[in-house]
Amino acid sequence: MPDHNVQIGEEAVLKIRKLDFFYGDFKGLNNVNLDIARNKVTAFIGPSGCGKSTLLRTFNRMYDLYPGQRAEGEILFNGNNLLDRKQDVNLVRAKIGMVFQKPTPFPMTIYENIAFGVRLYEKLSASEMNDRVEWALNKAALWGEVKDKLQQSGLSLSGGQQQRLCIARAVAVKPEIVLLDEPTSALDPISTAKVEELIDELKLDYTIAIVTHNMQQAARISDYTAFMYLGELIEFGKTDELFVKPRVPQTEDYITGRFG
Amino acid sequence: MNLYTRRLLINRLGIGLSMLAMVFGLVALMWILWILFSKGFSAFSWDFFTQDTPAPGTAGGGLRNAIVGSVMIIGVTTLVSTPIGILAGIYLAEFGTTSKFAATTRFVTDIMLSAPSIVIGLFVYALMVVTLGGFSGWSGSVALSLIAIPVVVRTTENMLRLVPASLREAAFAIGAPHWRVSLSITLRAVKAGVVTGVLLAIARVTGETAPLLFTALNNQFFSTDMSQPMGNLPVVIFQFAMSPYDNWVQLAWGGALLIALLVLGINIGARFLFRQKDKI
Amino acid sequence: MSEAADTGQVDMHAANIKIFKFQDMVFHKITLLFALIVLAALVGILASLAMEAAPAFKTFGLSFLWSNVWSVPDDEFGALIAIYGTVVTSVIALLIAVPVSFGIALFLTEACPTWLRRPLGTAIELLAGVPSIIYGIWGLFIFAPLFAKYVQPYLQQAFGDVPVLGGLVAGPPIGVGILAASIVLSLMVIPFIASVMRDVFETVPPVLKESAYGVGCTTWEVVWNIVLPYTRVGVIGGIMLGLGRALGETMAVTFVIGNANRIRGSLFAPGNSIASVLANEFGEADPGLHISSLFALGLVLFLITFIVLAISRWLIHRGTRKQGS
Repeated sequence: MPDHNVQIGEEAVLKIRKLDFFYGDFKGLNNVNLDIARNKVTAFIGPSGCGKSTLLRTFNRMYDLYPGQRAEGEILFNGNNLLDRKQDVNLVRAKIGMVFQKPTPFPMTIYENIAFGVRLYEKLSASEMNDRVEWALNKAALWGEVKDKLQQSGLSLSGGQQQRLCIARAVAVKPEIVLLDEPTSALDPISTAKVEELIDELKLDYTIAIVTHNMQQAARISDYTAFMYLGELIEFGKTDELFVKPRVPQTEDYITGRFG
Repeated sequence: MNLYTRRLLINRLGIGLSMLAMVFGLVALMWILWILFSKGFSAFSWDFFTQDTPAPGTAGGGLRNAIVGSVMIIGVTTLVSTPIGILAGIYLAEFGTTSKFAATTRFVTDIMLSAPSIVIGLFVYALMVVTLGGFSGWSGSVALSLIAIPVVVRTTENMLRLVPASLREAAFAIGAPHWRVSLSITLRAVKAGVVTGVLLAIARVTGETAPLLFTALNNQFFSTDMSQPMGNLPVVIFQFAMSPYDNWVQLAWGGALLIALLVLGINIGARFLFRQKDKI
Repeated sequence: MSEAADTGQVDMHAANIKIFKFQDMVFHKITLLFALIVLAALVGILASLAMEAAPAFKTFGLSFLWSNVWSVPDDEFGALIAIYGTVVTSVIALLIAVPVSFGIALFLTEACPTWLRRPLGTAIELLAGVPSIIYGIWGLFIFAPLFAKYVQPYLQQAFGDVPVLGGLVAGPPIGVGILAASIVLSLMVIPFIASVMRDVFETVPPVLKESAYGVGCTTWEVVWNIVLPYTRVGVIGGIMLGLGRALGETMAVTFVIGNANRIRGSLFAPGNSIASVLANEFGEADPGLHISSLFALGLVLFLITFIVLAISRWLIHRGTRKQGS
């Protein structure tokens, strides 16, 4: 029986209730319930195919792009149900940013990569936009490395820099939540360390949900951890507690490396 | 041992025959190109580019009117078929993953890619020449566009499908509307590929003769009026090559070489461009 | 961020969302419209050809399809001569082109030194782009005279007395004719078929070939027992694609087929294909039955190629999907 201790002792930005997810006839998520705490890092761990990425992609309705995929249940974001059909997805996505496994710089200059998203929803003067781009790149700890080549292609950066550019791009539109889908799995150890430091900084201003298959990473950077298995949320709690004394045997098996 | 030698022998024979096929193909095709160059090159001269097509039995002359006509007809074709082809390709890639209508359109486009071009000439004849009361450069462009559009549609769609799903998702993830994702992100990411498709389409229609026979027809005189019959290289080559006049035949060879050079040049250019696709 | 600024931004978002929704709707409809144009073109072609061809079919009935009279002075028309020429030239062209293309594709994928693979492959692809009028003019001025002088007499000498074959090579050796057209046509379709075959051969997983080599197969055995069975469907699709091209080809044929509206048993005799009749007669045809019959020929050609191309597409599609994505 999954652990239903979903409440947390602080303010929740997202409340997920009775969430089911379907790929056609296949049920990818089964009755998921949990809260995501404001200005905290929540990590999702579990073996491949456990549904952790699927869950993350329901938070910004990314599955809408693919016919045949649907979610049922509730995801309350500031009191609105995101899964409500009347809820506009663009608005959701402007408030909930996402960074992907592989860096996805847009085919344009570094400057434009940041400005593109900002221009969609805000009318800024040229100097305001310059400030915003610098601010976002600073947030992503990239400003120093790219300030002299803002007009170069985003594709000219190294993999780690590209990923931080994507984080800057997500931050630039001032979202409330940033979703990170295995953001370091395609990066080398040094770039990974930089991104992890960055996550630590970002949680001062943003709520962060991160999917990772690296348990050490989850233990290092997160405040809360959710362990998922076969589409179910098995255990959810404070990271310190979950890793030190897991309540469910399956969690213990996974974090001690006995399976997965 | 016996069996083994037999197997080796069959292998040698098979590979030998395949090499022979390659040599045969290359020799035949090189022969054609060689003849084209040796016959056509001697036709190139100042007059070739500056004089108009000569009247029957008059000496000299050039292909100025046909060259200008071809450039204009193909120019209009490019302007017409590029936006239509790209937008239809975007539709198929962005909205057409599951619908029956899109599947049908895709099927029809594939058929049109190889449909007999002379039939397209017949169609445009019935559509425009009969109704508008005469042959014209415009109808030539329409006929060529019908041949070019499927090429652009298919390359655009195929290129867009090569865009990694994560790049599209990333664009949607910052709240961009569908049309911005499509035009500013995915189309831009495959710009080189789409331009390649347009170039290939131009190369394809540059040498098309059959659809122009009943649409643009021909014009012995210099004309830039697209609403009148218009001189163009392929039809001039066809008529002059079949004629009994030596200077006409000579001009036909020159025209054929000119077209072949253009088509090969565009093809090579397109390849070169496509290889550079990593840059933005 | 203060409360006021926050709500201001949310309002701005909501306003933008409305605009976005409208723009997306317009974007969808516009691209849909252009996709419709492509579909409408096909319907338009079929409809206009059928309409223009109607008088011919009304006058001659369905027997238009198998009547072998094509006489402008008598205003009497039948499609058989042109259909015969179209089918015979295409079939002979394929008989030559298929083995050669197979050899080229086999050489390029299995036997060719790696450094030569790209330049040779590119050369074949470039040649597929050479306009067909070039093949036609070469066929008329260079190939046909040489064919008449050096090949036809020897063929007649060799086969003239053999019962069936003798009939095929009868008649004056004038170069232009059904056989010459077939050969020129075959040269034109070789690059097409060879590049499709090469592409299909390259879809064979290397592991599969390596395992066959691993048990001691020769290159030829790998091609014959592994590559060909694996790619059979796609290869046939490529051949059908070449057939579709050959059937509808105008310029490579018109120059060298001889343009005679008669069916003779001999392959040396001049004939006519649907496309060459259209290219030669349409410009000077009088309105009425002649024009209508030409449209009817066009309709027949379009339907034949449509069927062949549809089969080809289906086969190529199936052939490449089998390998998975």
